[in-house]
Amino acid sequence: MAKLIVNRLLLGILTLFAVSVLIFVCTQILPGDVASAVLGQGATPEALIVFRRELGLDIPAHIRYWNWLVGALHGDLGVALTNKRVIIDDLLPRLRNTLFLAGYAALIAIPLSVGLGVVAAINEGKWSDRLANVLTLIAISLPEFFIAYLLIIFFSVNVQWFPSLAMVSNGMGFGERVYQATLPALTLTLLVAAHMLRMTRSSVLSVMSTPYIEMAFLKGAPRRRVIVRHALPNAAAPIITVIALNMAYLVVGVVVIEAVFVYPGLGQYMVDAVSKRDVPVIQACGLTFATVFVMLNTLADILVILVNPRLRHQR
Amino acid sequence: MKLFGHKLTASAAFGLTVVGIFILVSLFTPWLAPYSESANVGGTWDESSAKMLFGADQIGRDMLTRMMYGSRMTIGVALAITTLSFFIGILTGLVSAVMGGWVDVFFTRLVDVMLSIPSLIFALIILGVFGSSIPVLILTIAVLDSTRVFRLARALGMNLTVMEYVEAARLRGEGLWWVITREILPNAWAPLVSEFGLRFCFNFLFIAGLSFLGLGIQPPYADLGGMVRENAAAINFGMMAPIYPATAIALLTVSVNLVVDWMLSIDARPSGAQAEL
Repeated sequence: MAKLIVNRLLLGILTLFAVSVLIFVCTQILPGDVASAVLGQGATPEALIVFRRELGLDIPAHIRYWNWLVGALHGDLGVALTNKRVIIDDLLPRLRNTLFLAGYAALIAIPLSVGLGVVAAINEGKWSDRLANVLTLIAISLPEFFIAYLLIIFFSVNVQWFPSLAMVSNGMGFGERVYQATLPALTLTLLVAAHMLRMTRSSVLSVMSTPYIEMAFLKGAPRRRVIVRHALPNAAAPIITVIALNMAYLVVGVVVIEAVFVYPGLGQYMVDAVSKRDVPVIQACGLTFATVFVMLNTLADILVILVNPRLRHQR
Repeated sequence: MKLFGHKLTASAAFGLTVVGIFILVSLFTPWLAPYSESANVGGTWDESSAKMLFGADQIGRDMLTRMMYGSRMTIGVALAITTLSFFIGILTGLVSAVMGGWVDVFFTRLVDVMLSIPSLIFALIILGVFGSSIPVLILTIAVLDSTRVFRLARALGMNLTVMEYVEAARLRGEGLWWVITREILPNAWAPLVSEFGLRFCFNFLFIAGLSFLGLGIQPPYADLGGMVRENAAAINFGMMAPIYPATAIALLTVSVNLVVDWMLSIDARPSGAQAEL
């Protein structure tokens, strides 16, 4: 089993490596001439020369990639093009903010959706289950900003409980941070909870047709006990996978939510960089997001191996 | 009520009606819209009146007209993206499945790496370097989305390549192209069609989201996501202006999802983790 886990970890690291190459290729090599692509109309010959020297475009590509990667591993992500600030200084606090928001949402969403999913499975066929089905289907079809604006209209404008702009700053206390981040976290929760609820319900119901469950029913066990004690542990693997995938999705869905609530996180940083065509910042943010994403996916795979004893040995 | 020989549920009927209305409006917008796309006919964020059914947007254009042109643009772009992505995905997926060998390994590894970066982030990276013109948008999102179509097409192809009639075709000496188009593709249609609906929804939301961030379809083209962005400030005054385009987006995606859900349930697959994936 340990060998499988180590294998999976190595695969994760390899993926990270490949991802960094892909990001580098897309930002530095694909455009052909990065300088004129980014400068666009301002590409006078002098500007091009200065730009090229700044980005170090006269050095061959693989050396540039190596320098960038080694720098990134040491925490030096370079200097932003637009305002000459050291990128890592701006990136770390924003990463903290984004992870705080995502963690807040996850803390509410996971227990809520797994619990409700199990309840829906227990009540399959009854009106409560059908209602949950329709509601979650609608919820996963709605765009994030729609849900966000609905919540703002209801909670900020009508009852004035929460602020509509999430002002989170460095020196803020924990309680104040939680208060400011509540509406964005609630929006994210609604997004992922619907998906996780459907998956939990599906997973539990698909286990219900197995012989040992039928045996439990024939023994006379009540439906609730059968589901919680017998079906749920076996349905855990797909549920955990979906949870980890949704956590990974959270880190991305955060980008739009941060734009709506003007929350100072990594997503907003990246969007600003994209509109200003600030290539080093785009590279750094892309690498950070991809790293978090790959880490969460690797964690999901390892958890599945741990949870399902049948997967613990090489076939 | 029966449609194509299958029983129609209430939600599917609702979905089909809404999708039908959207398609008709998008096709015939220049004839149906009350005003032209960029005519100023009122003050900023005017209330809805008989002259302007949904009021005015942030610079006084009729909201209903903008929404109609916006749907036309966003639906058009999303449809182009989905079609292109299916073209690329099905082609590479089926070639991969039928040819096997290093071609298969190469494409699978490439797709795995591409799937390791979240689509939004990847799209942002490409848009940051190349800018946000409509051809770049369509191409980028289509290539990104084709990875998922590739997976599905490859899985379907792998299942079908081992069938006897494919083997018979190969023994007859049929070439790769013939095998793909005449033996495998006709048998793989059904799951691909429902996948088309789902991917269309996703691409529609994706392009609306990108435009909402200001990085998608640029003004002066009307676009539903961009309209939400432009009218966003009105929410702080309690005015409903950004809700109208956002509701339009939501309505269309929910309807397409309802229709696709109905199409999937026709297959009478048991409810389970399989149906959700």
